[in-house]
Amino acid sequence: MIIPNQSNIQLDAEGRLKHFLTIDGLNRELLTEILDTAESFAGVSERTVKKVPLLRGKIITNLFFETSTRTRTTFELAAKRLSADVLSLNISASSTSKGETLLDTLRNLEAMHCDMFVVRHADSGAAHFIAQHAAPHISVINAGDGRHAHPTQAMLDMFTIRRHKGDFSPLKVAIVGDIQHSRVARSQILALNTLGVEEIRIIGPATLMPADPESLGVKIFHNLEEGIQDVDVVIMLRLQHERMSGALLPSEHEYYQLYGLTDERLEAAKPDAIVMHPGPINRGVEMDSQVADGPRSVILQQVSYGIAIRMAVMAMTMQRQGGAQ
Amino acid sequence: MNNSNPYKSAAQIDDLVHQMVDQLNARLAERHITNPLMIGIHTGGVWLAERLHRQMQLKEPLGTLDIAFYRDDFTRIGMNPQVRPSHLPVTVDDRHIILVDDVLQTGRTIRAALNEIFDYGRPASIILATLVERSGRELPIEPDVVGICPDLAPENHITLTGPEPLGLIIKESKHSPS
Repeated sequence: MIIPNQSNIQLDAEGRLKHFLTIDGLNRELLTEILDTAESFAGVSERTVKKVPLLRGKIITNLFFETSTRTRTTFELAAKRLSADVLSLNISASSTSKGETLLDTLRNLEAMHCDMFVVRHADSGAAHFIAQHAAPHISVINAGDGRHAHPTQAMLDMFTIRRHKGDFSPLKVAIVGDIQHSRVARSQILALNTLGVEEIRIIGPATLMPADPESLGVKIFHNLEEGIQDVDVVIMLRLQHERMSGALLPSEHEYYQLYGLTDERLEAAKPDAIVMHPGPINRGVEMDSQVADGPRSVILQQVSYGIAIRMAVMAMTMQRQGGAQ
Repeated sequence: MNNSNPYKSAAQIDDLVHQMVDQLNARLAERHITNPLMIGIHTGGVWLAERLHRQMQLKEPLGTLDIAFYRDDFTRIGMNPQVRPSHLPVTVDDRHIILVDDVLQTGRTIRAALNEIFDYGRPASIILATLVERSGRELPIEPDVVGICPDLAPENHITLTGPEPLGLIIKESKHSPS
């Protein structure tokens, strides 16, 4: 049973998803419900008509204050497969450059009768802010905010893991790269802990590790082979180029020498271990092409599953939008 | 307060299923259909379809449909968290289909199921078989093959229980049935 939580603005009075902003505060039942719902939506992509009429007549607006191709495209496809109408706004290139405030932009979109905002923003907490200030009938989905959270990415990763491994409880999962600055890693760690995996390891140079690993429920490793020893899942994170200029890392080349995933290093993991990456991949930085294109890579499946997960979250947050029972 | 009373036992339902098999075979012969595709609607329709499918010894595997994403009351009552994936193992294009459900009342479930089937392709024909046909139709949908037509008041709600053994129960409810 889902316990209603008034302090969590993501949930309505009955404990159902109203917004999807962060994994934080959502329990295992709810995360499992998202995965189960996505499972039924996954089949829609294999049909002649890749659409269901669930959100017919609804308007979903992608508000992307930060550029993204994969995430925006899969959100757009997800909305279209649910039969909603979609607007994709690249805000950085429009209103704000003319001096309109964020709230004014929101009011204008509300006046166009939008039903949902999908928000990506470089500032942590942006989606939460919009959820607080949007009209009551509007649902907000966080498509990545600053260093805070990227919950749909985490859930599509959980979906990929469940499809390949089934049960979460015996799994050892390694996340490699810049954990400290990664909203993807933060959301993944929360989701993996909520779903009850046996062990989460984070691997990377000390400058890119969080200060408080214990409170996150993870073990830190600074050596890649050691860290991926006997793991079932290896998640590689994208190394952002701005970290180089910030003097946190010496060079891409040196990073690859120490933390780049190669077929040889992958030997340390379990023989049936899967390799994941949220994309876009820097080949020759986070991993070798042989791994990225190899038999254990599930990177392209992650993209396909992203559509099903986003359909599930959109459908779940939009239910009961029509009013009283 | 809801009261629920047993209406038909497993053995009685077995007899109804036998009758339905005979009726279905007659219908198929009439229309010169030799290799139909059977599709059950979750959940009760699948239980019934599994029995019909076995007894009719159909060659094609059984298809299942969850019409949750096609309901017309989604924005009013929300989504059933127990949605099962629809699974049609064989293409429906140009096939003769037997659509199976447990209870036909308003006709809205069948409307949703027909829409969903057409999103998979263009079938040659569809026959509707339901275990129970009762009053309360809101759409122009009628079954081709029926197990039983009980005379029920609007406040009586009839449900198939299962999967093993099957039973039909009648619940009295102050709320109008969905």
